Amino acid sequence: MSAIAADGVWKYFGDYPALRGATLEAPPGACVALLGRNGAGKTTLLRILANLSRPSKGEVTVFGESARDEKVRAKIGYLGHGIGVYDDLSAYENLILFGQLMNVPDTKAAAEAALERVGLTRVRDGFAREFSRGMRQRLAVARAFLHNPEILLLDEPFTSLDDRAIAVLHELLRDALSKGATIVMSTHQIREAMELATQVALLERGKIVHSGPRTDEMLGDPGWLYRKYEEKPK
Amino acid sequence: MRDKTIYTLGISGTLLLLYNLHTILMVLPDEAAQGTIGKMLLIHAPAAIAGMTLYFVAVAYSIMFLKTKNFAYDSAAVAVIEVAQVFTLINLVTGSIWGHIIWGIWWTWDARLTRQFMCFMLYLGYLLMRPALNEATQRATISAFVAIFAAADIPLVWLAIRVHDARTQHPGPVLETGTLDPAWRIPFLISWIAFMLIGSALAMVRVRQENARREIDSLRRELHAI
Amino acid sequence: MKQGLLSALFIARKDLRTEFRTKEALNASVSFALVVLVLFSFAFDLGRDEFYDISGGLLWLVYVFAGALIVNRSFIREVPNDCLDVLIASPMPAWSLFLGKVIASFVLLMIVELVSLPVYGLLNNIHWVDSFWPHLGLMILATWGITITGVAFSAVTVNVRLRELMLPVLHYPMLIPLLIGAMQISTALLKGDGGDLSADLRLVVVFDAMFSALSLYLIEFILVG
Repeated sequence: MSAIAADGVWKYFGDYPALRGATLEAPPGACVALLGRNGAGKTTLLRILANLSRPSKGEVTVFGESARDEKVRAKIGYLGHGIGVYDDLSAYENLILFGQLMNVPDTKAAAEAALERVGLTRVRDGFAREFSRGMRQRLAVARAFLHNPEILLLDEPFTSLDDRAIAVLHELLRDALSKGATIVMSTHQIREAMELATQVALLERGKIVHSGPRTDEMLGDPGWLYRKYEEKPK
Repeated sequence: MRDKTIYTLGISGTLLLLYNLHTILMVLPDEAAQGTIGKMLLIHAPAAIAGMTLYFVAVAYSIMFLKTKNFAYDSAAVAVIEVAQVFTLINLVTGSIWGHIIWGIWWTWDARLTRQFMCFMLYLGYLLMRPALNEATQRATISAFVAIFAAADIPLVWLAIRVHDARTQHPGPVLETGTLDPAWRIPFLISWIAFMLIGSALAMVRVRQENARREIDSLRRELHAI
Repeated sequence: MKQGLLSALFIARKDLRTEFRTKEALNASVSFALVVLVLFSFAFDLGRDEFYDISGGLLWLVYVFAGALIVNRSFIREVPNDCLDVLIASPMPAWSLFLGKVIASFVLLMIVELVSLPVYGLLNNIHWVDSFWPHLGLMILATWGITITGVAFSAVTVNVRLRELMLPVLHYPMLIPLLIGAMQISTALLKGDGGDLSADLRLVVVFDAMFSALSLYLIEFILVG
């Protein structure tokens, strides 16, 4: 059974289909790198997987259950374009709030542990608005990993992160994978993503046109997959 | 096919309206108490009823959109609301002219006048909001939500007005009080039918515009994606 | 259900905490209410009895103007950093997020109203103390109606261009039945003559019940696109 699967997902914006029957399966413990050009539908697909948007047709399942189920959503950690923390709450208060909303049993311990993991313990009572860009990003990472999600959905996670945040995120992702979590991330930063990825999916104009294990060929030459699909006659 | 329907509806509605205007102006005798202006009733009241009918048709379309996510219903809802606004406006303007002649004033904050004006304002918000939303799915969903809220508000407006009916100047609606002269009933009904026919033709033209607009929008997106 | 209500309280507490820290909406709303009060005393040069006749109407105008500033902030608060996405992705249902926001706006608007009522009485020489408790009941009922519709439209307009302008255009016409009822009851209470207010009260209660049910049911369509 797939940890998270999209089955023939269509999404219309007006009459325009941003997704045209995208089918993607992520087996438990996999790290799927979702590649594709601008406007291919990566963000749309991730938003549908994260339940932020409803598919027009098709279905999303999480461990075989419908993703609309509220309990299922607690298994998912989502890191989108925005950092998703409140500027007028302290780092600790932010994590407590999300812990409560995510039904984390011991929110205080979880929040402390998450701050520790991203190296923000020293500034736990500082407001997010006072933080530097890098610290805010690390807080966002702490928020997404707070409830030890079984599935992580990351939209362009490495874009615009500073070096330290990238290191923190890498470490947390590796750690999560070693504990059996499943990751789906869309990315432009092919090099960083390829190091972690076990599977690669290419999204082209709303369809998954390639899906398979990551090969060493891709690791050596990040542009390989794109070129392969460009050469194909239409 | 579609063209023919629109022309048939529009032309038959217009002919019916012209015939009816002839009856009203040339055949029917003047109203006993008010003279010629009393005949305004036969345009004024059917316009109000046509407007109200269409507001409730629109909410049915809006509910259907939320259920099915089929954009045809969204186009129909906005088209019908625009036509309903026109009829409410006809009702307000004819009423105002009538009031000026009989009461000597253009407007009074009388119960029924206020009610019509409020309905107009409610849906004006709807029409103003639509262009401010770029994405078609979002525009349709939010519009349906607002249309349902507006329709739910209409009975409350009626109720509120009824509670404070004390300072009414407007006579009771002819259909409720049953005081309409039998000779006037047929022209009254024909006015309403003619309005509904013309209204349907206008709404169908508007639906077509709305569909074309959505198609253009999607083609533009397609172009950007290539 | 229970978890949903609990989540609503978490959201309400978060909104109130951030608001009390920055006081953006509260300060603006209270000072706006005071300015409107002062303007009224210039706009209407009336005798004391005549003023009593319109006292309820003016009071609710102050409240509803102040309320616009409060509800406008409600969902806009979630726009920076895309916080709304994180809330929607969380396990709580959409109605519970919405309810939490309504509770927070309700508390804030009640504070503004309770501050401006004595000022209103003082500036216009209106006796409000005797009728305070029944008046408080009315304020709770009508303020609920203002906030639940206002926050619903705040959710609707959060992605709209010119949202600060669109919100009152949509919201005020809808509030008319509620305000007619509330204004009549307030005037009667402030004047101290009883009369039969049950029809007005019914209007306010029906408004509350109908729009609470509608918005809690429909909000999911708006929030989850």
